[in-house]
Amino acid sequence: MAPSFDTLTEQDLHEEEEEEVDFSDLKEQYEVKLEEGLDTFVVIDGLPIVPQDSRQKLVKFLLRKLTSVGQTSEDAVFMPVNDKEMTEGCCGLYTDLPSSSTKPPEQAMAAVKQLHGVPLDKKHTLAVNKLMDIERYGREGRIEEEYQEPTTEPFKEKEHLRSWLGDANARDQFALYRNDKVGVFWNNKSNPPENVVDRAHWTQLFVQWSPKGNFLASVHPQGVQLWGGASFSKQKQFPHPFVQLIEFSPLEGYLTTWSSRPIQVEEGQPILTFEEDGKNIIVWDIETGKPLRSFVSHDLTAAPAVEGDVQPKKKVQWPAFKWSADEKYVARMLQGQSISIYEVPNMNLLSRTSVKIEGVNDFEWSPATVTREGVKHYEQLLCFWTPEIGSNPARVAMMSVPSKEIVRTRNLFNVSDVKLHWQSQGTYVCVKVDRHSKSKKSLATNLEIFRVKEKGVPVEVVDSLKDTVINFSWEPNGSRFVLINTGENPTGAAVPPKTAVSFFAPEKKGNVAGSFKLVRTVDKKTSNGIYWSPKGRFVVVATVHSQSNFDLDFWDMDFEGEKIEAEKDLAANLQLMKTVEHYGVTDIEWDSTGRYVVSSASVWTHSMENGWNLHTFSGNTLSENPTEKFKQFLWRPRPATLLSKEEQKQVRKNLREYSKEFDEEDKYAVDIANTAVVETRKRVLSEWVAWLRREMELQAEEKEAFGLPDDADSPKLALDAPIGGEDKGDAVVEEIVEEIVEETEEVIG
Amino acid sequence: MRPILLSGHERSLNQIKFNKDGDLLFSVAKDKHVCAWWSANGERLGTYQGHQGAIWTVDVSPNTVLLATGSADNTVRLWNIKTGECVKVWDFPTAVKRVAFSPDGSKLLAVTEKRMGFLGTIVVMDIKYGDDQLGNLEDQADEPSLKITCEDSKATVAGWSFLAKYIIAGHEDGSVSQYDPKTGDQLENVQAHEFDHQINDIQFSPDRTYFLTASKDKSAKLISARNLAIMKTYPADTPLNSAAITPKKEYVILGGGQAAMDVTTTSARQGKFEARFYHKVFEDEIGRVRGHFGPLNTIDVHPAGTAYASGGEDGYVRIHHFDKPYFDFMYEVEREQLRK
Repeated sequence: MAPSFDTLTEQDLHEEEEEEVDFSDLKEQYEVKLEEGLDTFVVIDGLPIVPQDSRQKLVKFLLRKLTSVGQTSEDAVFMPVNDKEMTEGCCGLYTDLPSSSTKPPEQAMAAVKQLHGVPLDKKHTLAVNKLMDIERYGREGRIEEEYQEPTTEPFKEKEHLRSWLGDANARDQFALYRNDKVGVFWNNKSNPPENVVDRAHWTQLFVQWSPKGNFLASVHPQGVQLWGGASFSKQKQFPHPFVQLIEFSPLEGYLTTWSSRPIQVEEGQPILTFEEDGKNIIVWDIETGKPLRSFVSHDLTAAPAVEGDVQPKKKVQWPAFKWSADEKYVARMLQGQSISIYEVPNMNLLSRTSVKIEGVNDFEWSPATVTREGVKHYEQLLCFWTPEIGSNPARVAMMSVPSKEIVRTRNLFNVSDVKLHWQSQGTYVCVKVDRHSKSKKSLATNLEIFRVKEKGVPVEVVDSLKDTVINFSWEPNGSRFVLINTGENPTGAAVPPKTAVSFFAPEKKGNVAGSFKLVRTVDKKTSNGIYWSPKGRFVVVATVHSQSNFDLDFWDMDFEGEKIEAEKDLAANLQLMKTVEHYGVTDIEWDSTGRYVVSSASVWTHSMENGWNLHTFSGNTLSENPTEKFKQFLWRPRPATLLSKEEQKQVRKNLREYSKEFDEEDKYAVDIANTAVVETRKRVLSEWVAWLRREMELQAEEKEAFGLPDDADSPKLALDAPIGGEDKGDAVVEEIVEEIVEETEEVIG
Repeated sequence: MRPILLSGHERSLNQIKFNKDGDLLFSVAKDKHVCAWWSANGERLGTYQGHQGAIWTVDVSPNTVLLATGSADNTVRLWNIKTGECVKVWDFPTAVKRVAFSPDGSKLLAVTEKRMGFLGTIVVMDIKYGDDQLGNLEDQADEPSLKITCEDSKATVAGWSFLAKYIIAGHEDGSVSQYDPKTGDQLENVQAHEFDHQINDIQFSPDRTYFLTASKDKSAKLISARNLAIMKTYPADTPLNSAAITPKKEYVILGGGQAAMDVTTTSARQGKFEARFYHKVFEDEIGRVRGHFGPLNTIDVHPAGTAYASGGEDGYVRIHHFDKPYFDFMYEVEREQLRK
């Protein structure tokens, strides 16, 4: 109760003073929305007009429809009747009885979503709206009486998303994220890169190119923003609040976003609806900018906690959704239970159920659409594995989608871990099996290579590896691979473990690849990363994220020189081209044409000598770019070539002709650049000399004006006594240096 | 280029200075001694004792009669170079960060620190050189002839332009000012370096028409003394403590390194404790000299351009006498110019 005027205390007066403070923001925040009480009402329009007698029938009919989405009853329906005893063709409806437990507003929403626009018969289509919305939009005065034609925006030509591919010199672009700035640059070989755009605070977390290079994604607390075109203008927006991870689908049609915070949808959000409330993952359609479907994320189960220990943190499963090569399916695993395959774009479960696979631990789609021998119909392949459960062996299997038919399985024993590596064309899948001995004390690795395209999918086993393999990588579009294994690491030693790098190639056997054989093993390395050129043939094997070793080895798998006799049956000729060092290297990236390699040291890992170095494919360092607070270097991906196989062959055949032309152009460019440098230097030097001369003249003028002697700046003559008396001029200090040129000892007989 | 290593100081060096003839090198450090060295062989000539605190700065009069030093004990002292006697002590309310003789040696400026309620100042003293026989050097004015108070940002370094026409000062906020040494008026102020990146050194060309600044913002700039126009910029990848212009050859030498307080947390590799040579006109880096295992605090070049010395946080002074290739090196355009 408000105090009356005469009972006002000192404090009350004081409060009144405070009234002047601007509370509008708080008011806004805590303002009660009166309309909210009508959340549970919907209004249905477009009903047939019936006489009073048939009203009951219509209501019953309506109720049948409505109960499919929510609870309601006959009492909750209000259908106005006009004075001619005919219904008005509309009715109000309270969708919920107070006794029910689910959230009534959501039922109203569901009713609107599912029943709006549903045809009753040929003439009548239901129009279902929330009463709130009708109140909000339909109130008198809010709608203009006269129809006004909406103004159509004049057509604005959008920027070409692939304009960068038309560069006259076929240069590549890259994104550079350092400090707070993100820039896109043209690679100019050893010359400084040419800037395209450079923007401060362009992103909050990181940047990422889309797989075909059309978009650059920046990540903000408000969501993901895609940029593109020649000037990198805004393209699409995906408002996923507090997004942390993003993943593009392989053909750039869709985007998956993840945040550890469940989404809280607020009223008035144009894109997100109540569907998304409480979810972590959204799958977006990039074209429309709308969510396709949202999900709660499954965490990967961490290793079981030891008694008394704190439960180890659960790992995020990322990418949570894996796409099939043609983007028609997207799948997600519920660890240990099932794989759910969704059809895109309707995002319904394939044949309405998840694939139950007891114990499933990991799965991978084939990165390309494979045509197996003897299989005519369309299929996508999926490879998964399950660990040993009880007396059942561990199992690797390959499934065909959409038929969900298991194409091939293989049982494995004494398995501690399995990694699945598809070759880029889906020709092989290498199953790297880490096995433990019976005592579980020592580990060894087996490679089980499935030859997917051959009849019956034969499996080849490469098992001469005693130690654990820490890294494995297929040659892109090839049939060779590189792996790194570690020896026993002396416990407690501070030195990084020594590793061995092994190169494998198939035996030459006509058209088909023969069995895989070891080409060579390079011992006593510290390498841990394998980076193949995207075009194959060349591979960089490097030591990254290390405190003491920073070497990058550039290997050629098809060296055009003499071949070692022992390797003459293998489809490879291995040659180390060059080894370079890059202090503190953390990342290595090939450009998509396979011409350049960039090694970089990111401040995200450590703060020592951050920056990036540019090398050619053969390991010649073109430029070193130490950069303060360097974070990310990303080459812009290129879409697949438009040339047909024949045309590519033609190009390869005439390479000499072309390269002559390019060599000339390069030489010309260098000449031009050199002349330019010389010219600038000449100009700079003459400017400097002119400035000096002018300055001397000015000084002389001043001296004259002030009546100062020419040597005004020399030490005070009048007061200057001769230093040390008589000795003037330069003293000559003579130093005698003796040097023994030769010493010989002779015995004089 | 084999350096001569001078290990006479126990703590980090603050400033080193050749005399006009270049035969002597004076060094001051955080230990309270001033050392004088023969520059030709690195032999120590002697020390000047008397300061009660770290000595921040030193300068030699152009005739090599007097030596001025400024110290954290709030004094500027004037020494008889030959005898080692202290001939004059001026007391100030705060530490003295920089002293500099005017080109003719008739004036001495001192930059005082801003502290304990006192603003930073630049003071100018008139210097007398006694009688004909260099006696009576004690006869010096007690009071400064001019006092400039830096209201905005304190001065960290200062020096004299040609004809002692201007006093040029570098400030804590990265700006450079030009003062009239007669009236003490500020004539010009230019934000030469990045805001709030202190200027750590200022050194003049032999004819004093232009000067070089070294700043914490990792760059050195060549500036005209007449109008403070920035003519050249030399970017480095580390904060700079000192920068010097070489006579005879058109180079500048920059020195710095990770700030002394951060050094313990970084590896020597990271520290960048090298003297960097840039071409003065073309602004290209042309070489580096390693050796110190701490940041370089001070660099000075022999007035004849035949040697340079550097003093480091590591407590050593290194004198480098240049080899023949140093003098032979020339850009093609320079050679052309020479032939004309």
